[in-house]
Amino acid sequence: MLKKVLIANRGEIACRVIRACRKLGIGSVAVYSDADADSPHVRMADESVHIGPARSAESYLQVEKILAAARQKGACGIHPGYGFLSENASFAQAVIDAGMTWVGPEPQSIRNMGHKQNARELAVSAGVPVVPGSGRLDSSDMASVTQEASRIGYPLLVKAAAGGGGIGMRQVTEFAQLEAAIGATQSQAESAFGNGDIFLEKYVAKARHVEVQVFGFGEKAIHVFDRDCSLQRRFQKIIEEAPAPDIPSDVRSRMQRAAVALAESVQYQGAGTVEFIFDVDTRDFYFLEMNTRIQVEHPVTEMITGLDLVAMQLLYAGGMLKALQQHEVVQHGHAIECRLYAENPDKNFMPSPGTLTTFELPDSETGIRVETGYEQGGVITPFYDPMIAKIVAHGADREEAVRSMIAALNNTRIQGLRTNKAFLIACLRHPAFNMQQVSTRFVGDHINELVAPAKAA
Amino acid sequence: MAIIDIKTEITGNVWKILHQAGSTVTEDEPLMILESMKMEIPVVAVESGVVQEILVKEGDTVTEGSVVARIED
Repeated sequence: MLKKVLIANRGEIACRVIRACRKLGIGSVAVYSDADADSPHVRMADESVHIGPARSAESYLQVEKILAAARQKGACGIHPGYGFLSENASFAQAVIDAGMTWVGPEPQSIRNMGHKQNARELAVSAGVPVVPGSGRLDSSDMASVTQEASRIGYPLLVKAAAGGGGIGMRQVTEFAQLEAAIGATQSQAESAFGNGDIFLEKYVAKARHVEVQVFGFGEKAIHVFDRDCSLQRRFQKIIEEAPAPDIPSDVRSRMQRAAVALAESVQYQGAGTVEFIFDVDTRDFYFLEMNTRIQVEHPVTEMITGLDLVAMQLLYAGGMLKALQQHEVVQHGHAIECRLYAENPDKNFMPSPGTLTTFELPDSETGIRVETGYEQGGVITPFYDPMIAKIVAHGADREEAVRSMIAALNNTRIQGLRTNKAFLIACLRHPAFNMQQVSTRFVGDHINELVAPAKAA
Repeated sequence: MAIIDIKTEITGNVWKILHQAGSTVTEDEPLMILESMKMEIPVVAVESGVVQEILVKEGDTVTEGSVVARIED
């Protein structure tokens, strides 16, 4: 059993982990930067250590300072939360080398899954479907290119092999466009990267982001059902729900089995998430990546299963959790999470740091859960991410969860800075959302309908 | 010829300064990049001209609406 754990994080997730420690009788040590000296996570913990200036690079990302803080307070384990050093294999190794317990998967799992190509290969060998694509192709050999294109099927993307960030990427909807797209991509890649090699990849026109929570016990792993996180803006998730709505049950079980197979193939330890792209039109799914940490959206899974995933992480790391069997995990009802961000919908969602002069959150009553690392009078600084709070609602079904989420948001009052509250309510009230027609394009497709009511509010 | 104040639209930290006094800039060209809540946000020249003054340095904190540079068009 772990006696004392240092939480190498801040904000709501630090508070969440400290709460779990308290529930299990584990001592907690918080770390904080100059900007967070008055933050709730520091007061909540049994002990705390100042680790540097506000900038993350000089505080929350400082491996040596965090290890020194743990030694100073006699912590025997470190929980990294999410973000910061949570997926840094060298940090995990350094914690282990210092004789402490790393509350997370083995460093090798973090390293393997952090490398995209490596992760894709592991998925393939575990029998998990990946987005169909070609290897590197010589664009002057049109016969091979054409053959690969018909194997993958249309629509597809032509990408520069040496490229990145979407540079030189072209969409091809039919064979007639292929040769021109290859030529254009090839010459652009040649001038931009000095290498004209290309590859082809299937284009999923209407995609959903569906992920499976797993918990690994080494040889064996279980899944803890799925979540839909399709509602994103600027690659930031804003609304998540569990279970993922409207997925045929055979597809859902194949996805869950695939996630377990991948976790078992690497003898995964502890909590992790396998992310998939779900093709709305064909109902196929493809491996995207595996996150080797607790996720921001883990509460929706906890709300439908009654499990405490963070407590499970701590117990497992301390050798106190017996391997759960799949049939022991059951789900009830539906849960939705909204992320309240300090951002200004009138200014293209630009960051809106400031002081929380009014900060009233809904009561954590039956079916409503609130996670925050701030309090009234607190300051949201420009140094860290813009999330103010997560509000989670549980209901007997999706409709009930949505209804009580809207009520919870209406009972939230924040002054002193701008937030996305009205935008979240507009999303939840949108007909497409209520007809379960969510995809990663939802926000982009409906932005005017979503921002106008947000502005009027 | 007029002196134009360049203001920041957000509160953040100055991450990189891209132009110094004397530099010629064209409309919409970034003068500096601010960092706020894990986003990089450029401050652009609202008109073409010559940079007269850069009023902040890298690492400074700036608040919404403050003047960070002056250019002469």
